[in-house]
Amino acid sequence: MGQSGFVRKTMVPAAAPPMLEGTVIGWLRANLFNSWLNSALSVVFVTAVAYLLWQFIPWAFKSSWTANSLVECRQQIKAGFGEDVSGACWAVIRERYLQLIYGFYPADLYWRPNLTFVLMLIALAPVLFPTVSRKLLLFSCMYPFLGYWLLWGGSIWGVALVVAELALAFYLLSPLTARFGLLITIVGVVLATVLWWLFAVAPLQSLFHGILPLGLRAVPSNQFGGFTLSTIIGVTGIVASLPLGILWALGRRSDMLIVRSISVGFIELIRGVPLITLLFVASTLLNIFLPPGTSFDIILRVVIVVTLFSSGYVAEVIRGGLAALPVGQYEASDALGLDYWKSMRLVVLPQALKISIPGIVSSFIGLFKDTTLVSIIGLLDPLGLSNAIRADSAWNGIVWELYVFIAVMFFAFCFAMSRYSMHLERRLETGH
Amino acid sequence: MKIRALVASLLLLFWASLSLNAQTLDDTRASGVLKCGINTGLVGFAYPDEAGNWKGFDVDYCRAVAAAVLGDPDAVEYTPLTGKQRFTALAAGQVDVLSRNTTWTFSRDTDLKQTFAGINYYDGQGFMVHASSGVMSAYELSGAAVCIQTGTTTELNLADFFRANDMDYDPVPIETNAEAKQQFFAEACDVYTSDRSGLAATRASHEDPDSLMVLPEIISKEPLGPLVRHGDDQWADIARWVLNALITAEEKGLTMDNVMSMGDSNDPEVRRLLGTEGELASFIGLDSSWAANAIAAVGNYGEIFERHIGVNTAIGLERGHNALWTDGGLIYSPPFR
Repeated sequence: MGQSGFVRKTMVPAAAPPMLEGTVIGWLRANLFNSWLNSALSVVFVTAVAYLLWQFIPWAFKSSWTANSLVECRQQIKAGFGEDVSGACWAVIRERYLQLIYGFYPADLYWRPNLTFVLMLIALAPVLFPTVSRKLLLFSCMYPFLGYWLLWGGSIWGVALVVAELALAFYLLSPLTARFGLLITIVGVVLATVLWWLFAVAPLQSLFHGILPLGLRAVPSNQFGGFTLSTIIGVTGIVASLPLGILWALGRRSDMLIVRSISVGFIELIRGVPLITLLFVASTLLNIFLPPGTSFDIILRVVIVVTLFSSGYVAEVIRGGLAALPVGQYEASDALGLDYWKSMRLVVLPQALKISIPGIVSSFIGLFKDTTLVSIIGLLDPLGLSNAIRADSAWNGIVWELYVFIAVMFFAFCFAMSRYSMHLERRLETGH
Repeated sequence: MKIRALVASLLLLFWASLSLNAQTLDDTRASGVLKCGINTGLVGFAYPDEAGNWKGFDVDYCRAVAAAVLGDPDAVEYTPLTGKQRFTALAAGQVDVLSRNTTWTFSRDTDLKQTFAGINYYDGQGFMVHASSGVMSAYELSGAAVCIQTGTTTELNLADFFRANDMDYDPVPIETNAEAKQQFFAEACDVYTSDRSGLAATRASHEDPDSLMVLPEIISKEPLGPLVRHGDDQWADIARWVLNALITAEEKGLTMDNVMSMGDSNDPEVRRLLGTEGELASFIGLDSSWAANAIAAVGNYGEIFERHIGVNTAIGLERGHNALWTDGGLIYSPPFR
């Protein structure tokens, strides 16, 4: 029997792609019109988007940039584009964009928020991107004090004294721990810090300032507003709530009854109360409880409340990450003989935080947008300012232009955050 | 409601027990700035200009007090306050004068422990309709859809008015004035009800103000004025008589421009007011030029009115009830003697 078979010795030449592949029609068919239902939906949505743009684009472009009041805007638009046209009055943005960004910050000092913002990006760089030199981390640690001093001004000695005390505490931390044990050291350091801030900083500051007056012009809190205020509250809240949230999450999973109960109680309290209520507590109720004449800065109060609020949510997101980690990881780190903090720091948290990134970032984005709620307690964030600007009779009646501007600014911030989180997820992707 | 009032008064009592009153004047002089609470933004009454300076009818009262007490109308620290915050801010000493279009009512004066310095604007709730509707009177509004800000006294006044006149209406609840404006202009409701000063401002912001009409009826009394907290009578006197000085200035024809040269007037009351005769100023602990400073800084009552909300502004309010008593209005100051 002769073997019959066929082995092909040459390659089959590549056939031409299907006629529609790679063409616009092919793409449309594959993506928008691949079934009756999808076709119908595509038509509906394309029509809706086209209609919106049809309305929005003429409104946005048949506009006035140069007028000095709404009435003048309307006259200019009528003169330029015809009687029946109603266009956008962007002139209000031209006149007030600096106010929307800086609030009432003195105009000749705009360089201070600007510099603070640039320095913030530099301080965040080593945290956000691994390629940046680690040495910058020292600057990142110093930044909160530097930023505070730049924004609020005043004597440099106050900030310097606080930093000096914290540096000393940090330096003494390990020798003291070796001598007295961790708990006593921490309690002692915290107590010393609080006492130092309450009683020593002010007199020493005036003493040093008398000897060598170094400082910037002080800017009181009621001059803060606009996006500067949103950014201060948002960024401080975000940066401070992450470590706090990690501690709450670890506390909630702790074996120690008291730590666990406090953590659970705090988290549930925060999550059970609306942010608006907490802001009212900060602005109104504290006024009643504190002795009269106590000036407890309103922005500081809001930052504290926002940070605590956000840390409750971040804690739950991180707890989700901790729970998602296989038990084997915990057991493995125990088996290596690591103590609690080392096993958390080296084994558990890096993995748990990686899982939690999307959740953490979305709660940060939510926090940033929630800063607009401060307008209801009389702080003039961009939304509060839009109301104040409308109270100028020259601009009374302007609505959309201000909201569009504010929305675009917020979108830029939030979109950048969400892009960074996607970048971070890709970078840390290790697969399982 | 009862419990809330009880808790609030207990807290206020607690505060009062701690308070260090009767030295607001000294404190203000020591700090060099007047702490004044204002609206977060109300057309004509309080708004920030392009450079971030607060302006408006209510703001000028703060400036007048600062000029009288400190000699400098710019020495004011403004705290924008919402309707919910204003009384606690005043009670807690966050501000020393509240000039924030606040209606003088019994409970605010007594239960909340405030002292009203007087009335600088007689407002009242009114109605605005589209002129095309042909409605000429609020009594023709039966069955109308009414845009109403929720949680305000205007909401309660509205319900009372319609019930008392045996009419029914369809409430369209809205949250802010800006939203109400959008709804009303888009004809989502037939009627918009609010304080008449606010209605006039809203009407003025429309492309064609003549297409809107404010109905003649006024269904509530809203006497607005500046206030201070209970417990410091000297400070309350200052707040009251600065306002009276501005009113008397209009009555006597003293203006921003001529006040400094009127000290040798033949009118003894003008001389007493401007401190060239008698020693009224020492009775309230101020410099003899206190009233002259206040008037020179912001003008008399009429000038303030015309500058921010009068007929020649975009808001275009008539004096109406807010004319001097000599012109048939209700604005009246006790004599300086």
